[in-house]
Amino acid sequence: MKITDETVDHIAHLARLEFEGEAKTAIKQEMETIISFMEVLQQVDTENVEPLIFMSEEINRLRDDVAEVTLTQAEVLKNAPKKDSDYFRIPKVLDK
Amino acid sequence: MYRTIGEVKAQLSAGKTVVSIVQDYLTEIEKQKELNAFLEVFTESVLEQAQQVDEKIKSGTAGRLAGVVIGIKDNLCYKGHKVSASSNILHGFESLFTGTAVQRLIDEGAVIIGRLNCDEFAMGSSNETSAFGTVKNPLDPSKVAGGSSGGSAAAVAAGLCTASLGSDTGGSIRQPASFTGTYGLKPTYGRISRHGLIAYASSFDQIGPFTNSLEDTALLLQIMAGKDAYDSTASSREVPAYMDGALPSKIKVAVLKESFETKGIDPEVVSTTEAIIADLRSKGHEVELVSFPYLDYVVPAYYVLTTAEASSNLSRFDGVHFGYRSPDAKGVEETYKKSRSEGFGKEVKRRIMAGTFVLSHGYYDAYYTKAQKVRRVLQTKTDEIFRSYDFILLPTTPSTAFEQGGVKDPIQMYLQDIFTVHANLTGHPALSIPFGNHSNGLPFGIQIIGKPFDENGLLNFAAYLEN
Repeated sequence: MKITDETVDHIAHLARLEFEGEAKTAIKQEMETIISFMEVLQQVDTENVEPLIFMSEEINRLRDDVAEVTLTQAEVLKNAPKKDSDYFRIPKVLDK
Repeated sequence: MYRTIGEVKAQLSAGKTVVSIVQDYLTEIEKQKELNAFLEVFTESVLEQAQQVDEKIKSGTAGRLAGVVIGIKDNLCYKGHKVSASSNILHGFESLFTGTAVQRLIDEGAVIIGRLNCDEFAMGSSNETSAFGTVKNPLDPSKVAGGSSGGSAAAVAAGLCTASLGSDTGGSIRQPASFTGTYGLKPTYGRISRHGLIAYASSFDQIGPFTNSLEDTALLLQIMAGKDAYDSTASSREVPAYMDGALPSKIKVAVLKESFETKGIDPEVVSTTEAIIADLRSKGHEVELVSFPYLDYVVPAYYVLTTAEASSNLSRFDGVHFGYRSPDAKGVEETYKKSRSEGFGKEVKRRIMAGTFVLSHGYYDAYYTKAQKVRRVLQTKTDEIFRSYDFILLPTTPSTAFEQGGVKDPIQMYLQDIFTVHANLTGHPALSIPFGNHSNGLPFGIQIIGKPFDENGLLNFAAYLEN
């Protein structure tokens, strides 16, 4: 399958990634190769076959709905690249 | 060095302390630093742990793994310690809890010596996608140690820890085990809880041990296996006593005919497998070549499904909640895009893009649903084989460890996993045991796949093959 610049841009946006210049040329070619490689699956007869979705034989392992503190707020914020005492911080959305 | 749990126990009985055993390993790690197996050695905490275990030994309350020194792959969470999945995007991240498998080892007296290098987010077959450099094969430093759990394999082969943990999504335990002459087990999907394992492809990922003996593999599995309140996919089946020696008097083994016809397979790998077949037959066992005409499809099916799951799992790395954030980003969307684009390495981005594509509108059914159907076909056909046979036998890898930088094309690298992805696609347990000694001086493994949850049978059969 032919991958266009538009496809790369669209998929990159969905994946929240950016590719510019040489990196974009490279990923376009690589996607084309990888997706062609995947296309051999079309040769397998899957008429009347249900997709296999769940690998675990466990079903609905229910537990009592008991509230507990597994992580404190301080712990949750601990690894944030930027934070204040109560919140994760992100860069300003609008510049004044 | 102490290569097995038995050797550690013998030293402890002879009066050696856990602290001094740990110190011996620390010295060895320093000596073999150039292997690049460890991303970080937990010197302070491991010595502290060792001291505690020494006290427990004195008071007679030590567990089954007292003094056993374990290294963990850098995608396993251990509270208060860094974990990075060998990626820059997790720069500075520290685990807030300890994963179930690791905790169960600690509860039995094991001490955790450090975190081991791996391919970035476990995506690779040579450890070359790590953001922190390749791991060298201790048996020949010009060769790779395999991947993605390259550091875990190298550390056990080089005697830098008694055993280690890795994770196996498509062969990431068995392939490096084959390349380093160690034992590597991928348990049945769900046998060991995945809680605390950084997810790559959740319907494939399994934690498993690297060891220098089958007894050690059995014991570590025994301790880590079993249901877990933190992972609803972990099986609630009872954990049997592993490696009880029970085997049918006539073992029925299927050998996948097509595995011998794989392009580029090393003739010595073929002849070793044939020798095992002949030997088993001479002892009265039934070994047959069985056709499994799907070998060309296993790797493509694996890549559709794992990249799809990865694209979803890795969306949590957003530059906001933890890890790396691009310093130049403005606004939320740019924060996501720049942090992810700068933080992830090439192979990870390649897989996220492929996975996002197969899940995208207009392509979902043709790629993703199709691959899920192929997965069903593979599982059904594999279960059919197991209706007539006890085990499937095949090589672990088509060749011995390759040169550093020797495989450049992504597809050629993906095909390194041709014999291992099968068990992850179908969920069956699979074990690689060191078996071959190639004329090039390097080892290679033989792989046994078993019935679901028959790790006991796998271990018994492996022990039988060794004797």
